[in-house]
Amino acid sequence: MAELSVLGKRLPKVNSWAHLTGSAKYADDLFLPRMLYGRLLRSTQAHARITKLDVSRALAHPGVVAIVTGPDMPETIGIMPSVQDETALAIDRVRYVGEPVAAIAAIDEDTAFEAMSLIDVEYDPLPPILTIEDALREDLPKIHEKSRRANIFKEVHLSFGDLDAGFASADHMRDDWFFFEGNTHAPIESHSAVASFEGDGKLTIWTCTQVPHYLHRELEKALGLPRAKIRVVATPSGGGFGGKSDPFAHEFAACLLSMRTKRPVKITLDREEVFYAHRGRHPVKMRIKTGVKQDGEITAVHFQSWLDGGAYSSYGIATTYYTGALMTVTYRIPAYKFDGVRVYTNKPPCGPKRGHGTTQPRYALECQLDKIAVDLGFDALEYRKRILQPANSRTVNELRITSMGLGQCLDELGAKTKYSERHGQLPRGKGVGIAGSAYISGAGLPIYWNEMPHSGATVKLDRGGGVTVYCGTAEIGQGSDNMLASVAAECLGVRPEDVHVVSGDTSLAPVDLGSYSSRVTFMAGNAVKDAAWKLREWLLDAASERLAIPRECLVPADRRITDLRDPEQFVTFDDAVVLAEAKHGTLSAAGSYRPPQGIGGGYKGAGVGPSPAYSFQASVAEVSVDLETGVVTVDRITTAHDCGRALSPANVEGQIEGSAYMGYGEIMGEEQVFRGGLHKKPSLLDYKIPTSLDTPELEAIIVETIDKEGPFGAKEAGEGPLNSVIPAIANAVYDAIGVRFDETPITADKVLAALGKRDNRGMPKDRIGPEGMGDGQEAANAALRRLSFTTEAREKKKANA
Amino acid sequence: MLRLPAFTMERPGTYAEAATLLRAHGAARGDLTRGTPSLPVMLVAGGTDLFPNMKRRQFTPRVLISLGGVADATGIARDKSGLRIQAGTTLTTVASDAQVRERYTALAEAAVLVSTPQLRNMGTIGGNICLDTRCNWYDQSAFWRGAEGFCMKTHPEVVCRVAPSSPRCLAVASADTVPALLALGASVAIQSADGTRTVALADLHQEDGIAHTKIARDEIVVSVTLPDATGWRSTYLKQRDRGSFDFPIVGLAVAVKRDGARVTDARVALTAVASRPQLVADAAKALIGGSLDEAAIAAAADAVHKAARPMDNTSGTISQRKRTARVFAERALRALAA
Ligand SMILES: Cc1cc2nc3c(=O)[nH]c(=O)nc-3n(C[C@H](O)[C@H](O)[C@H](O)COP(=O)(O)OP(=O)(O)OC[C@H]3O[C@@H](n4cnc5c(N)ncnc54)[C@H](O)[C@@H]3O)c2cc1C
Ligand code: SF4
Repeated sequence: MAELSVLGKRLPKVNSWAHLTGSAKYADDLFLPRMLYGRLLRSTQAHARITKLDVSRALAHPGVVAIVTGPDMPETIGIMPSVQDETALAIDRVRYVGEPVAAIAAIDEDTAFEAMSLIDVEYDPLPPILTIEDALREDLPKIHEKSRRANIFKEVHLSFGDLDAGFASADHMRDDWFFFEGNTHAPIESHSAVASFEGDGKLTIWTCTQVPHYLHRELEKALGLPRAKIRVVATPSGGGFGGKSDPFAHEFAACLLSMRTKRPVKITLDREEVFYAHRGRHPVKMRIKTGVKQDGEITAVHFQSWLDGGAYSSYGIATTYYTGALMTVTYRIPAYKFDGVRVYTNKPPCGPKRGHGTTQPRYALECQLDKIAVDLGFDALEYRKRILQPANSRTVNELRITSMGLGQCLDELGAKTKYSERHGQLPRGKGVGIAGSAYISGAGLPIYWNEMPHSGATVKLDRGGGVTVYCGTAEIGQGSDNMLASVAAECLGVRPEDVHVVSGDTSLAPVDLGSYSSRVTFMAGNAVKDAAWKLREWLLDAASERLAIPRECLVPADRRITDLRDPEQFVTFDDAVVLAEAKHGTLSAAGSYRPPQGIGGGYKGAGVGPSPAYSFQASVAEVSVDLETGVVTVDRITTAHDCGRALSPANVEGQIEGSAYMGYGEIMGEEQVFRGGLHKKPSLLDYKIPTSLDTPELEAIIVETIDKEGPFGAKEAGEGPLNSVIPAIANAVYDAIGVRFDETPITADKVLAALGKRDNRGMPKDRIGPEGMGDGQEAANAALRRLSFTTEAREKKKANA
Repeated sequence: MLRLPAFTMERPGTYAEAATLLRAHGAARGDLTRGTPSLPVMLVAGGTDLFPNMKRRQFTPRVLISLGGVADATGIARDKSGLRIQAGTTLTTVASDAQVRERYTALAEAAVLVSTPQLRNMGTIGGNICLDTRCNWYDQSAFWRGAEGFCMKTHPEVVCRVAPSSPRCLAVASADTVPALLALGASVAIQSADGTRTVALADLHQEDGIAHTKIARDEIVVSVTLPDATGWRSTYLKQRDRGSFDFPIVGLAVAVKRDGARVTDARVALTAVASRPQLVADAAKALIGGSLDEAAIAAAADAVHKAARPMDNTSGTISQRKRTARVFAERALRALAA
């Protein structure tokens, strides 16, 4: 292939101008004539039956135009069709504080706000289930009647290779418990949607969603309106991170209120409501048992996870599997057993947050590897390099690995940070830590079963030389419009800024499944490449004919098609378009992408984990611990990331840095925590996302492995780089003060407790983290017994069948 | 977005007018012990504390009297008694004033650590002195507090959520500039329709999360005066979760006056560890007459540790904050000794 003219260059991001100048129109910036303003009435109870819901007084309030409640949309909805357990608004029962119960449309926000207090709602409280341990108890009420045992939503047991033999052959064993606290996305833009139902019976919703296509499907179901009559437009996004990839109550409510009133309706959540909408990081308790040989080679891993799912399923099936699935892709593991349980609790539903389901177990695994390195006297960087899963291989759980650059990442980091020279050598209070990780470049399977493409694109050329790309992707700030423009420009030989991108619109663009699981560059990139390449062929034909030069000698670049051998011989892009249109008729081509078959196993549960390619990354964190106040400062994070090929290096660096900052926040202070079912910190003052003064120095190193199936070799960059940051910080804190943080977040108080300085009687500890299930040993054993009992019972039943 | 409750706004041109308006709108009848939302009329300066509180319905005055248009509300001037700062002076101005930075360092350091640059551009020093006390159960939306069942500060008939048996509200004094001003020996001029009085700042606040100042509801803080600072050095240390935005969970100011190596006078002030900002007399006593050696510093730090009585109603934990108060005392004093 000739040298690339667009990809890999540091060019301005195509859609940045509107964001920089403040002219981008977010959903809340939309004002339509006769528009009404909506608000959701939310449950004040964590768990209760609704005994009375009377809206008549509110409806009579001047300025209130319509009110809808749960029974108006009785269909169950939810992102994963196989486990839908929610309704658009609660019916008969509420399961968390903040669950939407009714929606009001009024002439202005103040009126809607006032009218909320006029809705008469009465609850008959039920005991709330608030912890994983309680959710595993059989004697407490069920949050969902469908749960077969206790409040378990999903239980997964998978085993690969010979675990017993693996452990038997180990020279050294580790058995560690971890807890990863829940946290949330905290996008700066709160969720907002404007719905408009027109006289022709068609409904349009403008909403800051990451998944316009999936929302489209759920709207059809909840509203009973054929999908052909619904148009979903994803608006510019002020941050998503997974928090806008479920269908939400306010979206359904805005649509139904608009259908009822025949007026546009806007609902924008306030900040507190965003904490209730949530779908963020699951709190996960974990246990890893790992056996290693004297040389560090892993012989077997048994991983158990308990996920606190909150009140509804969201992506919970996928999350549960993801806690186990990707443990195998980084280091050689010949035998692996995974037990995962996700429970329901009376808290806002958890779902996908950047790194979806893989962040918590990766933290646990990388902290444990650090312990193994200490146990065996290894350098943690060199140790990881020795046990790498090779490129072009299969893992024990049958995941296909293609390009694999974790080794290069570690090398780059070693050279850059001098990790090996500095680790263990810094003065007390200073530390350096390392960790590796991986992530998928899109999921191998869609969320609902179908055999259609995961991403489709059309490219259209007009006679004036204009290029338009149509693709259903949701630009959520990650740069997908820039990616589409750049890939099309590369194929056609124009500049990215010449390309119009029409994305995130279910009426105008072919389906793309959405901005989740880091799938867009890989899948939509391949789709747009597929489409643009077809047009490129026609343009080359036309130019070849006109110049009487063989096609192989021509390259499209910089708005020309030029003879490789003689730059004076060229046809301009505009002329080539005219020639090609004269020959072929209107110039438009469609392309699509579907991941290849056979990239995962055939066993039940093999659907989550396979990806056409995995990204790999490693981070080094440098920390200072104030030994007197317990305050930990992260001074610097360096991350090396294998993204296959950096189509836009600046954008890749931005994603690496954004991930590092987000991972830093997760381990250093962010907590989605509750007291008696009530969120403790539902504001940006109390929920501690880092400010620019807290964010450490960040350095991003791009590693390229040119994946053979990625578009021009690219893999993902949006999520993986978060995963390695968190354990790297925990490992650095260990280097600084000799205390293992087997639990997040790392707070000043916990540091003081570990240093024996919390109070006068304090005894130093070498570890902060759970001892097992439950707080006391007894509860832990009971919970474990329960789990092994249920596992055994299940296996017995399977054997009998 | 959360919406403000309905209110009308008065914009007087002088403090005298403002005082008359307060009285005319029934300010004197305002009684915090009937719950914060019961106040009929309130003053607003920068609004950075009051408006968020109104959005959360902690206050729902029908009338606001703005001090934004009052003549001579801003400014920092030196006179024979020291430095006078008008109550409406913004924190940005206080923090960047050359005299404050040089002679009243603790105040400049405290002012620049308040919240964020945007809020410091709006927030005033008068508003900071009168800042409402804070509590995790109270600084929540009306929805949240409704779900919890409210507490004594807004609903006198309800218990305190932090300590259900407590006869009083334990909300926390959280203003950064107040301990600095205390350490610097500030006094405050207060005006009402009846005239003007001057009180030592040390006598202004009281250990009650609801009625946390002794400023009457129809009184206005018009200025704060700092005595001459010759021979004094001062500093302020603040603990918070993040480098910006957050209220203090420990705030400690120290000022010492020395003659050669000998400490001739000293003041140590603490905030965010009780319902009122306080001067720690025992800490000062431990310092005066000595030479800021390690023994004196340790004794003063002990006194600070004893005086810090945080409750579990802010970010951080009780033991962490208590310990930090001690560590800050040591650090601040060592810095001044250097
Ligand atoms: C996100 C956020 C973070 C913050 N962080 C901090 C922080 O770290 N440290 C800190 O100290 N503060 C903090 N604040 C609070 C606030 O910004 C400051 O305290 C500011 O100085 C308040 O001044 P103001 O002029 O805005 O007061 P206003 O909001 O106008 O008034 C506050 C109170 O004082 C009364 N008042 C105002 N002026 C007078 C007067 N002249 N006489 C009598 N009564 C008066 C008002 O009636 C009201 O009750 C924060 C606020 C927010 C929203
Ligand atoms: S200390 Fe008690 S009474 Fe005061 S605000 Fe907090 S919960 Fe309410």
